[in-house]
Amino acid sequence: MVDSKKHWKAWLYLSPAIILLLVFTVWPIFNTLRMAFLNDYGNMAAIGGQTFGFGIQNFIKVIEYKEFLQCLQNTALLCVATVPISTVLALLIAVALNSIKPLQKTLQTIFFLPYVTNSIAIGMVFAAMFNIVGLKQGSHMADTWGIINNVIQFFGGEPINWINAGSSYVANMAVMIIYIVWNALPFKILILLGGLQSINKQYYDAAKVDGTPKRRVLTRITIPLLSPMLAYVIITGFIGGFKEYSSIIGIFGEKMGPADDAGRLNTMVGFVYDALERDRQGRASAAALILFAIILIVTLINNKVIKKRVHY
Amino acid sequence: MKVVLENLTKIFPSRDKKSQNQVVAVSDFSFEIPDGQLVGLLGPSGCGKSTTLYMISGLQKPTSGKIYFGDDDVTELSTENRGIGLVFQNYALYPHMTVQQNIMFPLQNLTGKDKLSKQQMLDRAHEAAKLVQIDELMDRKPSELSGGQQQRVAIARALVKMPRVLLLDEPLSNLDARLRLQTREEIRRIQKETGITTVFVTHDQEEAMSISDIIVVMKLGVVQQIGKPQSVYDDPANLFVAKFLGTPPINVLEGKVLDGKVYIGDQAVMSVSGVEDMDVYIGIRPEGIEPAPDGVFECKLNNVEVMGRDASVVSTHTAALSPVIRAIISSDIHVDTASETVKYNIKPHKFFLFSKETEERIYFEVK
Repeated sequence: MVDSKKHWKAWLYLSPAIILLLVFTVWPIFNTLRMAFLNDYGNMAAIGGQTFGFGIQNFIKVIEYKEFLQCLQNTALLCVATVPISTVLALLIAVALNSIKPLQKTLQTIFFLPYVTNSIAIGMVFAAMFNIVGLKQGSHMADTWGIINNVIQFFGGEPINWINAGSSYVANMAVMIIYIVWNALPFKILILLGGLQSINKQYYDAAKVDGTPKRRVLTRITIPLLSPMLAYVIITGFIGGFKEYSSIIGIFGEKMGPADDAGRLNTMVGFVYDALERDRQGRASAAALILFAIILIVTLINNKVIKKRVHY
Repeated sequence: MKVVLENLTKIFPSRDKKSQNQVVAVSDFSFEIPDGQLVGLLGPSGCGKSTTLYMISGLQKPTSGKIYFGDDDVTELSTENRGIGLVFQNYALYPHMTVQQNIMFPLQNLTGKDKLSKQQMLDRAHEAAKLVQIDELMDRKPSELSGGQQQRVAIARALVKMPRVLLLDEPLSNLDARLRLQTREEIRRIQKETGITTVFVTHDQEEAMSISDIIVVMKLGVVQQIGKPQSVYDDPANLFVAKFLGTPPINVLEGKVLDGKVYIGDQAVMSVSGVEDMDVYIGIRPEGIEPAPDGVFECKLNNVEVMGRDASVVSTHTAALSPVIRAIISSDIHVDTASETVKYNIKPHKFFLFSKETEERIYFEVK
């Protein structure tokens, strides 16, 4: 038993962390819950002396918004498309990186660069790549295209309007998926490469003695032994995917969509920000809680599915 | 299947490109392992025994020299085409597979005309499991097995393909003392039952002596002596082999040969012929000296350790290279522990001379 006279010392040492957690984590969580269940709550209105009834009005309103369903659809689509693609690509790249000796360090650095680069900056570069660089001159469109369209033209294809006014939803989503996958790769490669390098080499020697074909080594040995890392990468990938926001801003700017259809690519987090901007903290809180519930359910399902396949 | 090693050499290049310190792991190793024999590669760590094993397995390529299985030159053949079974030091069982899946794994890789049906694979796996007596554990994961059971699974996995040659890397080093005794008998039994030519690596001389048909003693990549365990023990080729084999180890003393007599200090302990006058190392096995009132070799007596059947007389002598000189005798023989000194008689066939210069054995005849 610790001398009770020394207890104040323990609390003193813990206090910086506890105070920060209380102010910036515990209180906001509590406050979000409170605001979500106060009908039509808004900060400015609250300062103005208005009182709010307790209820689930905010949740009903949020679900009734057409924009909200659009945001939910965009977010879900991005998640479902990018997490599997980026995980499979990261696995293949990590396995390839792990199996080569020369230039391994150099390639590792190259693959890791996106991780240390600002995602808004990357978004702007992607926007330029997919852009139609020339602007309208009267009714005539100057055909200076971004590099992607240049490549398409080089191979004899028709340039595609990826992100500019008049572009299609499919084209917009394709750009977002490519961008998000590319952006998500380095972290996943890093985790999987670390996992690969910690697998005992003797398993591979044993497989070699038995004449195991490469594909079977991958599916029967490498992937099962890597499964804890794969599970981690998939779960965090889904959690990150549901919080997707800055990548849309990076490419489409704050309009969250092509010039003629603002908000078309808005996401759940974007919806929360929009509500906050309009002094509708109650709606924002309700939307945040819905997002939280979705992430929780998806993670639980993930856990359930993965548990059977992960070998710790 | 006999295994022939011909001038086998393995040189590891230095890690640092600038320095020239390449490592000769195995140097010019030639040996024919007869069909169906159990061969122990024995030596201290870094002697090249594991490298030799891995060259036979094909996981490492020799720098020069040839390897034959029977009459086939397998030197350039890749591991999977050699038809070997390899048991790794830490077993390398796939942790995510059950015992049955582990044992069946090599069979599932077979293609073409060797391809087996699911039922055939199961039968073969059960047959192998039965041989090593783990057929009750087929549904367990390796982490749910004891060290000894994991070892058996590893052996079953190596045997299930019916390899031409079975290779074991330090098979007993991860087991506790009791299990080690049991497992080495087991390895012996399995080898005799299957008749597969088997090579195993160990640094434990007792292990090698107890189960091998032939032992190969190695030091720093060079083979020191090859032979039946008992004949290597009784007739060591040099001081290293003499010191490496035997527990407790051989007693080594400095001495000299003068006018047909071997001297330790100023005591003449044996008359020999056919040896020039020279400085020598003298090796005497602990069972080769016996206390006797009229003994020729007098030492300072320390104490007597009685261990049931045997007793160990511990004494010292200034010429000895080790701190003590040990004699193993029957505990029936009485030694006067109150005495300051002890006199020993020496059995000539347990008494070896080695050149002080080369440490090679010097052969002599007792007069």
